[in-house]
Amino acid sequence: MALTNDIIQQKLIEKFGDQVSGFAEPYGMLSFEAPKDLNLKVLQFLYDDEELKFRFLTDLQAVHYPNEKGRELAVVYHLHNLVDNVRIRFKVFTDISQPDVFTATRLFAAANWMERETYDFFGVNFVGHPNLKRILNVDEMDYFPMRKEYPLEEQTRVDKDDEMFGRD
Amino acid sequence: MAEHHINLPEGSLLKKTTTLNLGPTHPATHGVFQNILELDGEKIISAESTVGYIHRAFEKIAERRPLYQITTLTDRLNYCSSPINNMGWHLTCEKLLGVKTPKRVDYLRVIVMELARIADHLICNSIVGVDAGAYTGFLYVMKYRELIYEIYEEVCGSRLTTNMGRIGGFERNFSAVAFEKLEKFLKEYPVALAEFNKLFKRNRIFMERTMGVGAISAEKALNYGFTGPNLRAAGVDYDVRVATPYSSYEDLDFTIPVGTTGDCYDRFLVRDQEMWQSLSLIEQAYRKVQEFKGAEAEVYHADAPEYYLPPKGDVYTKMEALIWHFKIVMGEIDIPPGEVYNCVEGANGELGFYLISDGGRAPYRLHFRRPCFIYYQAFEELIKGGMLSDAIITMSSLNLIAGEMDS
Repeated sequence: MALTNDIIQQKLIEKFGDQVSGFAEPYGMLSFEAPKDLNLKVLQFLYDDEELKFRFLTDLQAVHYPNEKGRELAVVYHLHNLVDNVRIRFKVFTDISQPDVFTATRLFAAANWMERETYDFFGVNFVGHPNLKRILNVDEMDYFPMRKEYPLEEQTRVDKDDEMFGRD
Repeated sequence: MAEHHINLPEGSLLKKTTTLNLGPTHPATHGVFQNILELDGEKIISAESTVGYIHRAFEKIAERRPLYQITTLTDRLNYCSSPINNMGWHLTCEKLLGVKTPKRVDYLRVIVMELARIADHLICNSIVGVDAGAYTGFLYVMKYRELIYEIYEEVCGSRLTTNMGRIGGFERNFSAVAFEKLEKFLKEYPVALAEFNKLFKRNRIFMERTMGVGAISAEKALNYGFTGPNLRAAGVDYDVRVATPYSSYEDLDFTIPVGTTGDCYDRFLVRDQEMWQSLSLIEQAYRKVQEFKGAEAEVYHADAPEYYLPPKGDVYTKMEALIWHFKIVMGEIDIPPGEVYNCVEGANGELGFYLISDGGRAPYRLHFRRPCFIYYQAFEELIKGGMLSDAIITMSSLNLIAGEMDS
């Protein structure tokens, strides 16, 4: 029998009860969330279960929601079951003042750089990561640029001295 | 005399190994990569890769741009096959907006995407040849990449960073010249590719330089998030075009070549076979395009006035087109809220777009899943214990594109 979103949802609820929540199917992809302490348990369950077999980490990144107090940062995992060709999206939310989330590097070698990138841009502290340092930005940077409090430069500003760029 | 010498770090004279900075602008690294290698003679003991030299904050910039302006950012990811990135982006937008494209548009897209795949694989395979000491093949096949670029020029006006197409289709119909050039390419290229293969495929020197070099097992490749030809060379038949068909790939007949050993030689062979498959795909798609007659043959975009910029001639002469043009350009069109992940088979793996919209003019968050950023982390492991010259050949056979990696 083909693996459907209903089966996945049922199995997750069976295992984790009401700790997994927020089930939705935007554009056909099952999406759900869990408390951040459980992220490894959920990922491990999805990986190990003989029926679910979510053993390919497609993508891992974060999203910043500054208005949602206590759950400002979302870490989003996109997982893929290559055998049944099913994808799911799994989110954990964390407080921005203490953005500690367990690392998935033990499970997926691919998570290494993806988590470094997420740390680099959002400041998510992946607990247990072997080498959590900046990857695309310079090491000296002291802020996390993809957070919403750092807006892009105003496009209409005129106070810049353009002489250095050959425009005057 | 000793006081004239440079101050060396303490202990460096006693050290038995050599530290070598390979890059960031070393000619053999084909882009801005840095690898700090610890060498014992010519053998690599350990390696550390540094990336990010050309990071341009695309994801941040995209948070201010309307959808149609993000296409130019995708050009600059994998710039060896920009049209695939462009089409991948349009497909993502269409998925979010619920725009359905006509069949003819799908087939035209298949044609340009497969041309881009050929251009990309051609560069990669010939560069592997260069790194093995065979420059001839590279210079020879450049002529055929030029033919592909000429087709791009006919279709969209530019060559490298193509900014091709719009949400819903293309900005104009393919001209007769474009099809002529396509036919010319389809006629001349197979001959050249066969000749190129003769230079390399059973070439003793090339085989010995690439077989068993930079090999990775299927399990490891999956764990490292490999996709595309690199994963298929390790023996996993995962291809987005088959797994989740887009742009009517399901109407076309093709096979997915897989390797067994996952080494540089298998990667070369997989890319080579994919080029033949792409040729067949282009031919099939072209035949299907030719079946459209009369008014149908003039269809080159979907009916999506809210997102598809009207032709300039209409903007100056027709009221409705002028209104839509104004609304789109002045940013009065909001994207419906939603969360979508869409992926296409890029030339070096699964190129994904994770787009979150909160109902504003620009995306709330856009993340690019760049395949080579993800699989490059395996590089350190792949080259450890090998020779320095094998590291170079492994790097080019992984098809790393700095633009895509650093986003």
